[in-house]
Amino acid sequence: MVAPSYSRPTALQSRSVLEKNLETGFRGLTFIFALSIGLILLLIALVVTIRAWPAIVEYNVGFLFNNLWDPVKNNYGALAVIVGTLVSSVLALLIAVPLGLGTAIFLSEDFIPLNIRIILVFLVELLAAIPSVVYGLWGIFVLIPLIRPLGFWLNSTLGWIPLFSSKPAGPGMLPAGVVLAIMILPIITAIARDSLAALPPELRQASLGLGATRWETIFRVLVPAAFSGIVGGIMLALGRAMGETMAVTMLIGNSNKLSASLLDPANTISSLLANQFAEASGMQVAALMYAGLVLMLLTLVVNILAEFIVNKVKAKYS
Amino acid sequence: MTVANLKKQPSSPRTLLGLLMTGVAGACLLLTLIPLFAVLIYVTVQGISRINLDLFTKLPPPPGLSGGGVANAIIGTLIVVVIAVAIAVPIGVLAAIYLSEFSDDNQIARGVRFATNILSGVPSIIAGIFAYGLFVASGILGFSAIAGGAALAVLMLPTIIRTTDEALQIVPQDIRWAALGVGAYKFQTVLFIVLPAALPSILTGVTLAIARAAGETAPLIFTALFSNFWPKGVKEPIATLAVLVYNFATVPFAPQQQLAWAASLILVFLVLATSVGARLATRRKSF
Repeated sequence: MVAPSYSRPTALQSRSVLEKNLETGFRGLTFIFALSIGLILLLIALVVTIRAWPAIVEYNVGFLFNNLWDPVKNNYGALAVIVGTLVSSVLALLIAVPLGLGTAIFLSEDFIPLNIRIILVFLVELLAAIPSVVYGLWGIFVLIPLIRPLGFWLNSTLGWIPLFSSKPAGPGMLPAGVVLAIMILPIITAIARDSLAALPPELRQASLGLGATRWETIFRVLVPAAFSGIVGGIMLALGRAMGETMAVTMLIGNSNKLSASLLDPANTISSLLANQFAEASGMQVAALMYAGLVLMLLTLVVNILAEFIVNKVKAKYS
Repeated sequence: MTVANLKKQPSSPRTLLGLLMTGVAGACLLLTLIPLFAVLIYVTVQGISRINLDLFTKLPPPPGLSGGGVANAIIGTLIVVVIAVAIAVPIGVLAAIYLSEFSDDNQIARGVRFATNILSGVPSIIAGIFAYGLFVASGILGFSAIAGGAALAVLMLPTIIRTTDEALQIVPQDIRWAALGVGAYKFQTVLFIVLPAALPSILTGVTLAIARAAGETAPLIFTALFSNFWPKGVKEPIATLAVLVYNFATVPFAPQQQLAWAASLILVFLVLATSVGARLATRRKSF
């Protein structure tokens, strides 16, 4: 029997040049791709600004305060769509915040067994997975007919309030706000739930030990402690609501008139873009890009604020 | 104070208020979940009657006529998503490898993570006008599947980076030390040891990003545009399911509206299948 021949290790061999180069190359490559994320963000801002430049020069800041949108006379202002974006988002928050907060509390405390809670949490997450355009389709055929009676009732009983001063036209601010609320509910619920779950258990134990009931603990201890996290989540939801496009475009009626009534058709920046971009040319493209730039800045500010608030909370309890 | 007072008083205002609040919170949950089931049930009921072989093999009929299918939009969605994946996965995975393996959590890594979060907050329609401005308005490409895919890639990037970053960090440190201990370079450790170990979670993240991108409409309506015919190539306008739903939802013809419902059902089924599948796949993950 012949013994297998091993090559005898003599000294530690120095590593091959090729592998050394591969190592440096790979490191460098991952570094460049990591930096490219920031560059993409800058590139987005740059491209949109360049395309909007003719309109920025032509209309200046007056663009933000002019509510005319007239492709025939090439006169553009974004006041109506900016107001529409803000009003629809705030309306959505007014509906979604109480519901989302209630749901988050219900799912973070032990009201029901854990395995049922896991399924319910998953179901709430699924709400966010349904494509926007499907909500739009559903909204046209189900939601609008469903809330029309509510619109008529609001108009006939509360018509003296400017918010309800017109007869519902079908599509309008109200159905758009409702569908937006449905779409941002999962974000609010998820982040509020995370903030509540991240609280140290001692807070809860101390409060219960002092004789507070479960709901007194929730209202006086847990919600105040998680408050900034919850606010951060609401900000993120606001950013999402301002940029949400398809469902709103299909339900808001796409009218560039300013109206105080929630029952009238309106428009948002994103639905204006969705509606007009494909057929626009010349100055209209620049004006649409300008409106897009405004939307981008609005969501950027909201998202950066949200990011800071959420991070601050993470730091507090980690 | 007597001992009896320490017992829960079923009729005290505090107990009743607690019960009431529990009811209110439960009602909030119900109200939140009603739209989910309302959409799922309505889409299924409206779409299921239109599910047949023609739907998956034929072109949409001319306006007002019935029959036909959405085959071109199914293929188009596939093409656009494949382009988006081809752009977003290499960028996202390599960026995440830097964050998790090479950065030592330095200032740059924190900046990149911040930029990723900000990018995930960029509205999808902005990704659309970005791709339009970069490719279409500049005349490089025109309305095309590539421009649409690039817009979707921007939206997929944050998800892919985040899930890959997390997946890599879950891989136990011992495995890296073992590889380095037998003399492997860092790049060999990452490519042949850490990445394969994290692959299932990375694939789950990519799948979820794909499901999300397949349902995106806003960035496609002025990049990929739409076409009533079979896809001609990646440099031509192309039909997608999501844009088909948008276009056909608003026309006054019943057969087209039915196609929109059927296409919605396909989209929703796709999203649900991937979400549930990803959930089950990650649950079994262990080291």
